[in-house]
Amino acid sequence: MADASIAPAAIAGMFDLLSPNPPGWGGNLLRGLLNSLQIALGAFGMGLLIGTVGAYGKLYGGPLVRDIAAIYTTIVRAVPELVLILLLYYAGTDMINRVLEGLGYQRVDISGLVAGIVVLGFVQGAYATEVLRGAIKAIPQGEIEAARAYGMSPVMMMRRITLPAMLPHALPGLANLWLISTKDTALLAVVGFSELTLVTRQAAGTTKAYFLFFIAAGILYLAITLFSNVILAKVEQWARRGMPSVKEAR
Amino acid sequence: MTETPLETPIETFPIHKDKDTSGQARRLPPHRIVLILIGLALVASAIFFMRWDWLPNYGDLILQGLWRTIWILVVTVIIGFLLAVPLGLAQAAGPAVLAVPARVFCTVIRGTPLLLQLWLLYYGLGSLFPQYPWIRSSELWPYLRQAWPYAVLALSLSYAGYEGEVMRGAFAGVPKGQLESARAFGMRRFTIFRRIWLPQAIHRALPTLAGEAVLQLKSTPLVATITVVDLYSVASRIRQDTYITYEPLLLLAAGYLVITGIIVFLFRRLEKLIPSRLG
Repeated sequence: MADASIAPAAIAGMFDLLSPNPPGWGGNLLRGLLNSLQIALGAFGMGLLIGTVGAYGKLYGGPLVRDIAAIYTTIVRAVPELVLILLLYYAGTDMINRVLEGLGYQRVDISGLVAGIVVLGFVQGAYATEVLRGAIKAIPQGEIEAARAYGMSPVMMMRRITLPAMLPHALPGLANLWLISTKDTALLAVVGFSELTLVTRQAAGTTKAYFLFFIAAGILYLAITLFSNVILAKVEQWARRGMPSVKEAR
Repeated sequence: MTETPLETPIETFPIHKDKDTSGQARRLPPHRIVLILIGLALVASAIFFMRWDWLPNYGDLILQGLWRTIWILVVTVIIGFLLAVPLGLAQAAGPAVLAVPARVFCTVIRGTPLLLQLWLLYYGLGSLFPQYPWIRSSELWPYLRQAWPYAVLALSLSYAGYEGEVMRGAFAGVPKGQLESARAFGMRRFTIFRRIWLPQAIHRALPTLAGEAVLQLKSTPLVATITVVDLYSVASRIRQDTYITYEPLLLLAAGYLVITGIIVFLFRRLEKLIPSRLG
């Protein structure tokens, strides 16, 4: 950035530091990126599952289910992710082990990957619940009533009517959630999981080339975001096929 | 975070209208009473069966951390919003020379994790500054050696990035006729901006602003990773000192819940101040 004197030698040094072979840190960075992507994908998938259940619970559940879903989404969305990650990551693994010991089983070592996916998925689920609930409410309700009138079972109705019809309404929100999920993986650096941000910090700390590595990681994150944007725009186009375009509707 | 405000069931048949809910609306349904009792029982058991004897020793520290969290939140939201207004304006109506950099700024901020931005500024700038003697001898140096200016900078830029995008939509959403009639009244461009454009844009953005302020609150614990002593870092310190795992974290979560509630309440009050009509 402020390095006014970037000499050719310095540029060569930059590439040495970023090279994928062991003296360089590029390989570690890419491994960290892979870990981040795995967690983001897993957490997003788990968030979708929880979100679908939660949205159905909020819309069609009994009063008790509705209240429990409301408590879940309110608390998870009001408490910082970092605190939730600590609570669920440390306390969760500790509690599982205590229960296992109490039942006479051996302690299990929960891998960082699984714990990260579960914790972030739990957080994503709360946001996904709200997104999907809004999307289901945006479907013309006559379609759902018609499906019910045809005698469809709830599962078939969900598969044939509700999910496809709500998809175009849900996609902008879900796209946002996916981007949040890729960025939230950085928080796992705080609990010591070696994803992209933590690896970057280690590389930067070792080599003292702080700007180089943090900007390189920033470019990687940005690349994920921009690439996702392209794909998500395509998916949304596909989901909205046959619907009047937003521009014409105005 | 956009919730539909209408919670009433969608009425397709007049049959649904037979249910008169007005009489029951005041009374708590029984399941909710049970839920409240369970909640109270949980809180009571947490108070009686968990260890809270450390609380008096750390009372001052907790208050200090709370104060710093709120202080950072308020300052960064204000600075971020002041930055977001020109960012949004440049994107909504500015020439390409201003619009493109504003857009790039918003994309970069929104496309990278805040933790990375924070560490880039703290470790990157923090390692760069001492190399220059004139910075070391300047009057700003005592501040630049501390962590909080970097925290405030990173959080403000982050808020500006997200909010700039919101303000762009808000500025673009103000009906053209409003601006045209203001011009017809002979207002100067700055007067139009101050009297017509900005107030209406803020009114449009207010619900989103509330959501973003809560998100900003949830970002504040990240500053603990660069040694700023906020509420979160006080809780971590208590955990390290006393080897108590759950209690400080639970207290911390409760603290953030309360602050979130206050933010939501304040923004609701603010929204009510502005008269609006549902079309």
